Amino acid sequence: MSILVNKQTRVLTQGITGATGQFHTKACKEYGTQMVAGVTPGKGGTVFEGIPIFDSVERAVRETGADASVIYVPPPFAADAILEAADAGIPLIICITEGVPVRDMVKVKRYLEGRSSQLLGPNCPGTITPGECKIGIMPGHIHKAGTIGVVSRSGTLTYEAVDQLTRLGMGQSTCVGIGGDPVHGFEFIDVLKMFNQDSGTSAVVMIGEIGGSAEEEAAAWIKLNMKKPVVGFIAGQTAPPGKRMGHAGAIISGGKGTAKEKIEAMKSAGIRLAPSPATIGRTLQEAIGK
Amino acid sequence: MNIHEFQAKEILKRFGVAVPRGIVATTPEQAKAAAQELGGGVSVVKAQIHAGGRGKGGGVKVVKSPDEAAAKAREMLGKNLVTHQTGPEGRQVRRVLVEQGLNIERELYLAMVLDRAQSRVTVICSSEGGVEIEEVAANHPEKILKETVDPVIGLAAFQCRRLAFALGVPPALTGKMVGVMQGLYRVFEECDASLAEINPLIITKEGQVMALDAKMNFDSNAFFRQKEIVALRDLDEEDPREVEASKYDLSYISLDGNIACMVNGAGLAMATMDIIKLYGGEPANFLDVGGGADKEKVAQAFKILLADARVRGVLINIFGGIMRCDVLAQGVVDAARELNISVPLVVRMQGTNVEQGRQILAESGLTIISAETMAEAAEKIVKAVQTN
Repeated sequence: MSILVNKQTRVLTQGITGATGQFHTKACKEYGTQMVAGVTPGKGGTVFEGIPIFDSVERAVRETGADASVIYVPPPFAADAILEAADAGIPLIICITEGVPVRDMVKVKRYLEGRSSQLLGPNCPGTITPGECKIGIMPGHIHKAGTIGVVSRSGTLTYEAVDQLTRLGMGQSTCVGIGGDPVHGFEFIDVLKMFNQDSGTSAVVMIGEIGGSAEEEAAAWIKLNMKKPVVGFIAGQTAPPGKRMGHAGAIISGGKGTAKEKIEAMKSAGIRLAPSPATIGRTLQEAIGK
Repeated sequence: MNIHEFQAKEILKRFGVAVPRGIVATTPEQAKAAAQELGGGVSVVKAQIHAGGRGKGGGVKVVKSPDEAAAKAREMLGKNLVTHQTGPEGRQVRRVLVEQGLNIERELYLAMVLDRAQSRVTVICSSEGGVEIEEVAANHPEKILKETVDPVIGLAAFQCRRLAFALGVPPALTGKMVGVMQGLYRVFEECDASLAEINPLIITKEGQVMALDAKMNFDSNAFFRQKEIVALRDLDEEDPREVEASKYDLSYISLDGNIACMVNGAGLAMATMDIIKLYGGEPANFLDVGGGADKEKVAQAFKILLADARVRGVLINIFGGIMRCDVLAQGVVDAARELNISVPLVVRMQGTNVEQGRQILAESGLTIISAETMAEAAEKIVKAVQTN
């Protein structure tokens, strides 16, 4: 089992003709993902690597039955791409783009209310169900199919954790990158709820960082509801206050959003914290008693 | 991106929010002329730096004459002002704002900020103006009033009235208060602000509603469409290495330690800083080279790291996904050779083409210490710096 994506998922790429869109569409296709369509307004009728390109998401969905979209469109146009996908009724929209203005995302979230589309990202690496479906920019070869769910705000730090898990023989059910922006789609809590219900997930690794209160909210939910072991790591214990640490959402403001607060909230929810980024895999191993 | 008080006030004025009459001065003579132009009576000389706490630090002085304005300006200009937000070194004052004196009846607090938990802009106000809002939030949370803005309708007049009534603003001034709040919201929206704060928002004895101080911060993701805001940037107020890094699309933050790090990915970069500390070292910086780091970018990153005289060692931690380890390794070798690096260098790589990458490092003839795991890398660099 898995959450969000599997071998049946039919993916369309928005921004398929750009360099990033091309590179990753090809890589995902090689992994085995069903890449069924691409959208670049004005390039409809052309083809990339055997994948038909359309002028609009609506047309692409009608002709190919795509049920997920991955967006590599540049920041000034990314919000519009999300809106277009939502308007076309795409159930899962994954926005990889980093640099989308916060104001645009506030409007996007409002637009999505009451609609059936769900959003992952922006500024995220995507999601992968190893062996079945990879949507995004993560290196497929470090992943291994298994039962550990991974949810993270980071990109390469997630790969570090996944690599450790794979080396220890603990494969992953689905890995979900929720991204580093302050306003985004799926939160930790949304993904944890899905992992909790997924018969194919036996334990979860949760990787957070400074800024905001998503980890605290997730911890409160975990304490009352989570039926499976959760192990966590929070990046940025040494981050100075008031500075944006790369990710737009990684900032300690007005004293809030510190790593310390998150770690305390998670500990009190029974989540085992890895003291070092190098021991995330080992900490999970201990938590599930292997 | 931050801006100065006088710049924030110019923006407020453009959006119809009343501000005191004021003139910027860069010399004591200009300060004197400014005070004269403002009427020659009571005025206020305010140091312009990107930090709060200026009043307590002695950077805001009420004066009674143009001569006194010149004297206070002379005391401030060219010197470092230390406030609880600047750090012990303080910030050099290059400009002062000379403002008309006002008869203050009441001081309120008004701000707009993103509420991340709701993904909405929130208006925050309080009857406790002119003090640190965090203290009010901690000691008197009931005095913090909030309204959440629905982006479909913007900040509605009825919401502003609700806040004005709760603040006890006299009925005759409700209209003006609504105007100020909606004006500030328009600034927040149209300028892509991440914070817009007026503290204090004053009501004068003559019944004016004015922003006595203003602080604004902007969303750097929106710079592509905010050229006028970007033009307000004051590079003197920023760390020169951070400014240099941003030119090359590198995300760099200066810290206090002596172990420099170069990493791909913000989360991994933060985790690298954390693990250096865990092994007893002190990180000198945060640096995310991003996904497409080629030889040029790596070389640029090295230059910026090594420009910090405190650096006694460098740790490179790269998890290659799209970024191939052999490409990175070649970039590191070329840059290290070109720059003649003389401090210990530990390189830890993992991911695509890692074996080829390690081979390139090993055969380079340079003293590069290799590590397989993050723990090994942190341990090695801390030891290398300690024994060097």
